[in-house]
Parts: sequence; structure tokens; C-alpha cells
Amino acid sequence: MDIQENKSTLSVVPRNDDKIKKIWKTALILLLITAAEFVMAFTMPRGILLYVLFMVLTVWKAKYIMMEFMHLGDEVKPLIYSILVPIVFLFWLIVVLVKEGTVIFSLRWY
Amino acid sequence: MSAHSTAIGVSSKRGVWGGGNEPLKASYGKLMMWFFLLSDIFTFAAFLITYIGIRVSYPAYAGPATDFVGSNEYWPIPELVFDAIPFVHGVHLPLVFVGLMTFILIASSVTMVLAVEAGHRNDRNDVVKWMLWTLFGGITFLGCQAWEWNHFIHGSDTGAVLNYINVFSQNVTETVFGANLVVNEYGPASFANLFFFITGFHGFHVTIGVILLFMVFYQAAVGVYDRRGHYEMVEKVGLYWHFVDLVWVFVFTLFYLI
Repeated sequence: MDIQENKSTLSVVPRNDDKIKKIWKTALILLLITAAEFVMAFTMPRGILLYVLFMVLTVWKAKYIMMEFMHLGDEVKPLIYSILVPIVFLFWLIVVLVKEGTVIFSLRWY
Repeated sequence: MSAHSTAIGVSSKRGVWGGGNEPLKASYGKLMMWFFLLSDIFTFAAFLITYIGIRVSYPAYAGPATDFVGSNEYWPIPELVFDAIPFVHGVHLPLVFVGLMTFILIASSVTMVLAVEAGHRNDRNDVVKWMLWTLFGGITFLGCQAWEWNHFIHGSDTGAVLNYINVFSQNVTETVFGANLVVNEYGPASFANLFFFITGFHGFHVTIGVILLFMVFYQAAVGVYDRRGHYEMVEKVGLYWHFVDLVWVFVFTLFYLI
């Protein structure tokens, strides 16, 4: 049987340029999305449309960071789901607290 | 003895419980880092969703941006609060500094993923090089945040005239400069409180991250991982560091853009 042991010398694998290119490509995408958010903050009127667009772009960025940088996409499916599925509960928290905030708003100001 | 070991070796079904397996095909350390990060996602989400909840309980500033003055009656416009950069006093540069901070943190995330990639190839020189860049990015970000806090606490030259209840339960009207946990010149007290708690908690994570990065950088440089036979520690700390970047993406959107 093959037992892992501490080796003193490791053989260095040469660089895989495709992999490194993919990392820089992801970085460029993240940078472009951030730049787009920046431009939108100054050109678009404030309102629900802008906020929804911001959230969509943010989740899009989060997807790139988790899947490419954290290599979650390369893990087995059960691990991916055991990380992503619990996050679903947070949407309920958003609904509850936005509702609560709206009620406090109407009690405080009207 | 030999009979037992053959039995385990032969039956693939019993081999699942025979030890030496990795659940979910990830090592123990990586798995635990992922589940720790999941719990941290909930902590930060609680903070950020609380921000949304309190944010919608206040009216937004509705007038033209040029006439904006801080008041505890309505929520401020973030680009008019965070509009300063170091060494240039009194110039209105909305969100430039925080954009720079975001860029620094994303860049350090990129160098981190390059270090992880070098670790997969057992390339000690590349790991050390990219860890050093990541460390540099992390420390720069912390320095920027220190300046940002300093500026936020000390406030603008003009301040804002506010009516509020002070720590002695007295109702006072006076010119307020900067921010503390009781009152601030930008908006309602919750605005500064949330700023301190959310960016503070994130900054605390960055600080822990910088310490971990330094440890990995040092251990890689002296050849600990070469002797260990693998560079998995770079990967585990890398997961943590990317998470810090991930949280900042949300903090940036909620605090500075919306």
C-alpha cells in the first residue's frame, strides 16, 4: 500500500500557462464589473432598479471569487451543495428584516 | 492480523469505513476551513442584512446632491460621506479612495490564487514570491482602512448642526464633527455604528489573514512545506483570504454604492 510520507525533495512541475491565463482573465472580469458598478453609481438615478443591478453584479462577482479563486467549482457536488444550500436561509432573513424595517419606517415617520 | 488487513483490502464497501478515506474528496483541513467559512458567511450576512433592515427604516436623502448636509433625520448619500483621499485636503473625490482599496484587495486575491497555483506545482520560489505580494496587498489595505477610520472619526471642517440626546440623556443642539457611537455628522447614529462594526469586523478578519499569510510565507520560505511533501497550507489560508475579499465585495456594494 502506498503510504504518504514526508519527502525532503519535491519535483517542481513547470508552469501551465493556460491555468495562469485563466486566473488573470477572472481578475480582469472582476475588475471590469467593479468599474461598471463605479460608473453606474454616478450616472444612473438612485432607485430600486439601480439597487437591484448592484446586487446582481455583486452576486456575479461573488460567484467568480468562489468558483474560480476558491476552486469550489472543482470540488465534488455534495461539497458544493453543502456550502451553497445553507445560504438559501439568508434570503428569508432579508425578507423578514426588510419588512421589519419598512414597518419601523411607517411607525417612526407617519 | 494479516487476515484482517486482507479483508479490508478486498471489500471495497467495507473500505469506506476502513480509514484512509477523505469524505467529499477533500482533506480534513480544507473541509473544516470551508465549514468555518460557511459559519463566517452567516455572521457577516447577519451584519449586512441588519444594515439593510435599518437602512430601510430611515428615509433616504431626497434633495439635490450639491445641497447635502448631514442630519440624523435621514440616511446620507455614501458618495458624499466617503469623498476624501490622503494628502489632498478639501477636494471632493467621491468613492475614489474606497475604489482604490477594493482594487488593492482584489489584486491581493489574484496574487493569492497564483500562490496556490504555484503550491500545486511544488514551486517554492513562486509560492514565496506571490505570498509576499499578497502580504504587501493585505498590509496596504489595512493601512488604507486605518486612514479611512481616522478620517471618518475626525470628520469634515464644517461639521453638521444636529439635535440629539447625548450620553447624559440631555437633549442638545450643537455642531457635531466626525463620528462616535452616540452621534455623527453624517447621518443617524446607526449609520456610524454599523460602519464601525461591519468594516471593523472585516478589518479584524484582514488582520488575522495578514498574520496567517505571514506564517505561510515564512514556512514556505524556510522549506517547511517541502519537507512536509505538499503545499496544502497555502491552499487553506488562500481560502480564508479569498473569503475576506468576498466579504469586502458585499461591504463595498452595501455601504459605499447603495
